[in-house]
Amino acid sequence: MATSASTFSSATRILQPLNNNNNNTLYGNQLGMSSCFLGTTKKLYMKTPFLSPNSKRRSKDVLVVSEVVKDKNCNADSSLSNLCHITWPLDNVLITKDEGLELYEDMVLGRAFEDMCAQMYYRGKMYGFVHLYNGQEAVSTGFIKLLKKEDFLVGVYRDHVHALSKGVPARQVMSELFGKSTGCCRGQGGSMHIFSKEHNVLGGFAFIGESIPVATGAAFSIKYRKEVLKEADCDHVTMAFFGDGTSNNGQFFECLNMAALWKLPIIFVVENNLWAIGMSHLRATSDPEIWKKGPAFGMPGVHVDGMDVLKVREVAKEAVARARRGDGPTLVECETYRFRGHSLADPDELRDPAEKNHYAARDPISALKKYMFENNLANEAELKAIDKKIDELVEDAVEFADESPHPVRSQLLENVFADPKGFGIGPDGRYRCEDPKFTEGTADV
Amino acid sequence: MAGIIGRTMATAKLSNLNKFLVGSRVSASRTYSSAAKEMTVRDALNSALDEEMSADPKVFVMGEEVGEYQGAYKITKGLLDKYGPERVLDTPITEAGFTGIGVGAAYYGLKPIIEFMTFNFSMQAIDHIINSAAKSNYMSAGQISVPIVFRGPNGAAAGVGAQHSQCYAAWYGACPGLKVLAPYSSEDARGLLKAAIRDPDPVVFLENELLYGESFPVSAEALDSSFSLPIGKAKAKREGKDVTITAFSKMVGYALKAAEILDKEGISAEVINLRSIRPLDRPAINASVRKTNRLVTVEEGFPQHGVGAEICASVVEESFEYLDAPVERITGADVPMPYAANLERLAVPQIEDIVRAAK
Repeated sequence: MATSASTFSSATRILQPLNNNNNNTLYGNQLGMSSCFLGTTKKLYMKTPFLSPNSKRRSKDVLVVSEVVKDKNCNADSSLSNLCHITWPLDNVLITKDEGLELYEDMVLGRAFEDMCAQMYYRGKMYGFVHLYNGQEAVSTGFIKLLKKEDFLVGVYRDHVHALSKGVPARQVMSELFGKSTGCCRGQGGSMHIFSKEHNVLGGFAFIGESIPVATGAAFSIKYRKEVLKEADCDHVTMAFFGDGTSNNGQFFECLNMAALWKLPIIFVVENNLWAIGMSHLRATSDPEIWKKGPAFGMPGVHVDGMDVLKVREVAKEAVARARRGDGPTLVECETYRFRGHSLADPDELRDPAEKNHYAARDPISALKKYMFENNLANEAELKAIDKKIDELVEDAVEFADESPHPVRSQLLENVFADPKGFGIGPDGRYRCEDPKFTEGTADV
Repeated sequence: MAGIIGRTMATAKLSNLNKFLVGSRVSASRTYSSAAKEMTVRDALNSALDEEMSADPKVFVMGEEVGEYQGAYKITKGLLDKYGPERVLDTPITEAGFTGIGVGAAYYGLKPIIEFMTFNFSMQAIDHIINSAAKSNYMSAGQISVPIVFRGPNGAAAGVGAQHSQCYAAWYGACPGLKVLAPYSSEDARGLLKAAIRDPDPVVFLENELLYGESFPVSAEALDSSFSLPIGKAKAKREGKDVTITAFSKMVGYALKAAEILDKEGISAEVINLRSIRPLDRPAINASVRKTNRLVTVEEGFPQHGVGAEICASVVEESFEYLDAPVERITGADVPMPYAANLERLAVPQIEDIVRAAK
């Protein structure tokens, strides 16, 4: 891809970001080495490179951290330096057995649920726009399992697995997707708009830039409660998930600026799966290394391999700790991949099969499995038991959703306002919402 | 569906044309089904874009997924291969950005066609549509004209939720400086899009996703590359004498079906396809109401301040004595579009609603 500013030179139809032979002028000079994936600049050698992918391109690059020194207000230099020089535990293993099983279970739940969604869609039980998360589970599990129930989570339309990781029951999400009244939004939201007040999941937004200012606002409310309303232990954080396409949107930059300016407790997680529907990230972005946009606004920018749940978790731990301490936002770019198309309506013709195979070989679930076997954290039988348990859970969710009732007709007009007097005063002089026949109206109510 | 359309459009002239077409192959380069030359709305839009781009090198298309993906709804299929990446531009996801860029290009004499994946996304760019494009000719006292077209699907599709289903006809129809068009059939789509591209003013072209796949017969005249329809003229799709039903976009199909049903019950309905929301063809609507004395307006959007409200006000102002009954407005429900299929059906006007109101 030419480095000229012109957007017209898209002679290469499919860009191969992973192809070492490519004359990748964008990176070659900067890096001085062939990169295994986008954006690796510095190398941090792990003491034990634990999750070696099967691919020929072995990666010893674990984390890439930017230099963040522009933030003059940052007084907690130690936190930044922690981020810059992750001190790995001296022992080989990063997780305990219980943690490992928890992570495995969560990822398998995400995968099984999404696969079931695809099945249900093709059987006609789900409709509209459905965006599946297969392949990206490491990001969701790695980050969200570190959150408390009171922490906020804001996603975009690819939100089923975020909601599941946060704790929304699979039954509720499945019924929501079926459009039934027992869904988490009573069938009114749909696949792209999963909200849960109880678990502090703020959706599901269809417009991609939209989630970021909303997340920033949630983080602002946390800070406000802590400092103005003086609520004592209000050290919650907000996580905003969005994709590589969103990182070109103006709202993203506006929020990076304000989050850093006001030191809001937010973590911006970019799930860079390299494709926005059919638009390759490299074709859409002048500088594809998204993590670099963090330091431009005064916050650390971290790049991590998003197919590896343990690496993601380590980065997440530090980012969350930073936010909880009050040191401000972090931008984390997780390089990941979606195994399926953008949505179930996407024929997915533009992505190169070689690229898909490369990432399929780095499936986060198999990688974690391998890690646990190698480090004697679990055996085959235990993991199989988890698989079975999840399968049963997902099937139960489908049955529940199937048997749930469709929303009743009167639900059409509910929840439009918190105060239903917003519908105004009807012809008889009383508020329209008080008229019992109000909800029996039809399209011309 | 084609049968009904065939009947409603059946005039002696058309059946003669059919015979003519069967005999000689008209050189529109696609294959259509059987005897009457039929064309899907998608193909109609594609051919209109193709012809206008080949006629005028200043015309270019910009939007998300218009190039390599062949268009999110395949409207721009084949254009990248034919005209190259300099005239068919895939953009990053920056509605405000690329709409502004299109407006700037239009200031300097180019003719951009900005595609929004749906008009819901135009809300991220509405500042440019209204403030930079619509108002510029006025603010500059005629020095700057903005020959830009904003097009994309509008209104509800099937089960896509609240943020993807709003109808923007009323919002854009309220702005001076904009022209707002809403085609229904393939002929409308072709003619109006060509007119929009040739027009020196900003045009908002509201298509409908569910109509893209529908086929309509097209006359040989419509297939000619210089064909265009006048902006600001509605079309009476069906003559009648008891009640006038006005509609635009997908609702025209529903209105026609409702008219069929009413016909069986002895009520003869006149269906007007508005085609152009701004400028609204008030003379045509009023003339029709003066003939039939009753009016039902149908639209998919929200009821308050909708297109139907404007039509009703216009008719009351100009043809009050001719009205035998109050104007009935059929609109979408006054709620954000729900996801659940049964609720969505309740939120959008259905044929039974139109029939009931007409009675």
